[in-house]
Amino acid sequence: MNSKALTKVDLIFESIDAREVLTTAFSMPNEKIIDQVLESGLRGRGGAGFPTGMKWKFTAAEKDPEKYIVCNADEGEPGTFKDREILDRVVYKVYGGMAIAGKAIGAKKGFIYLRGEYRFLLPQLYLELHKFHKMIAEIGYDFNIEYRMGSGAYICGEESALFESIEGFRGEPRNKPPYPTTSGLFCKPTSINNVETLVTAMMIIAKGPQEYVKLGTKDSRGSKVFSVSGDTPVPGIYELELGMTVQQFVDEFGDGDTKAVQVGGASGFCVPRKKFEETIIGFEGVPTGGSMKLFNSSRSMYNVLHNYLDFFAEESCGQCTPCRVGCQQLLKGVEKVKKGEAKSTYLNELVKLADTMKVASKCGLGQSVGNAFKSIVENFREEIIY
Amino acid sequence: MVKDLADKYGRTRESLMPILQDIVKKHNYLTDEAMVEVATELDISAAEVYGTASFYTFLDTEERGKNVIRVCKTITCSMKGKIDIISTLEEILKIKVGETTPDKMFTLLETNCIGWCHKAPAMLINDMPYTDLTPESVIDIIKGYMRK
Repeated sequence: MNSKALTKVDLIFESIDAREVLTTAFSMPNEKIIDQVLESGLRGRGGAGFPTGMKWKFTAAEKDPEKYIVCNADEGEPGTFKDREILDRVVYKVYGGMAIAGKAIGAKKGFIYLRGEYRFLLPQLYLELHKFHKMIAEIGYDFNIEYRMGSGAYICGEESALFESIEGFRGEPRNKPPYPTTSGLFCKPTSINNVETLVTAMMIIAKGPQEYVKLGTKDSRGSKVFSVSGDTPVPGIYELELGMTVQQFVDEFGDGDTKAVQVGGASGFCVPRKKFEETIIGFEGVPTGGSMKLFNSSRSMYNVLHNYLDFFAEESCGQCTPCRVGCQQLLKGVEKVKKGEAKSTYLNELVKLADTMKVASKCGLGQSVGNAFKSIVENFREEIIY
Repeated sequence: MVKDLADKYGRTRESLMPILQDIVKKHNYLTDEAMVEVATELDISAAEVYGTASFYTFLDTEERGKNVIRVCKTITCSMKGKIDIISTLEEILKIKVGETTPDKMFTLLETNCIGWCHKAPAMLINDMPYTDLTPESVIDIIKGYMRK
């Protein structure tokens, strides 16, 4: 197995001369910007991991003169808080990344959808936005960014639900296709990227893709900002090179008694101690939008699972039946098993339901409930039953 | 007020969220009258306005106090003592989760992950986050709001 050592990196929060990078980017042919991002191997940092360069390429190929770049700052995955830190510390790089993306795809307008829980950041974000618009005007380029606020709906982090919300509707995901690159915000070609993805893209243009590919592995290039919480003496935000194993992660951040790590939040995977050595954190192993929660042996995995299912039952938008009813039934089901009202074999039925939700749900929410459910039930079955 | 907001944000459907968000910011929640007024200004049905508002947790359509407290109940905050924070708040405010004080100063709610897991337990009072909470710090924070 080709795992890498745990290495701390400082790319996202490093100060750069934004004016210089943007002046260079604006003088580059659009194809060259896209080629550099493609070459870097950058994949979306929100969690789903779609290749960023491909997204830009598809949007650029659309003929519509009106296109949008949307920054997804609706960070709501339990255990994720890195986008807030990025916005707080280096928002000028988010704006810069959006301008570069806009140049690449041919969009003059950008929107940032910020979750309502981060509204307190707005005054300083607007202050920086004012500076950014002034700088862009001085460079002699035409690009404009506006904020739109969320109002406490986790599902609005799903790209098409986010568009619905900006357009003034209930945040219910759309059917796909068409994909956002063809028909996104206001039914126009749209590239929607996570906060960290946009900053990383700007750093790739600043430093060159050759520098970036030196970091990470074949499937997971570069570095990533991790949000570390739970049973750890050092909770916080860390930028790490991709490709380490869960064991290496636990050696650095654990409290010496770690029994499981939830990688990727409530919609991610639970890795038990016996699989720490063999599991790589990245797209070849367990992918993550950055959420890393450590649980030590004092924690009940039933409580963890129950908390996640309660979360999903509340946050399911209710539009499609597999997700709406599925989340409720999984929650009720584990409660029944715990209370002894259902036999332990009932868990097998619930696993089948989770599988059905994966294939039958309309969007990523319902499709990923089974990740945490199955990985916790399979690895900690006795804790769920007794 | 609704008319002013419509003048500010426009009268297209995409103005709906910013208008509703501003009303909640000022009046803590959306009254039936306010939603009907918004519907009239935007020339859409009141059911559309209510249907949209009721989808979003922060666009409250039930009466809320001047200060809305939302305590995070997701896993890390739950592991790090959310229960003690809730019971302290219930004690000092003399209300249960979901209720509003008789003087309409405080509403106590629970909410899902607010992005402060590394400083758990955490809560929001209106827009402001409070982190690394202890029963003692919660009392100080609430007393601060009571004095305002």
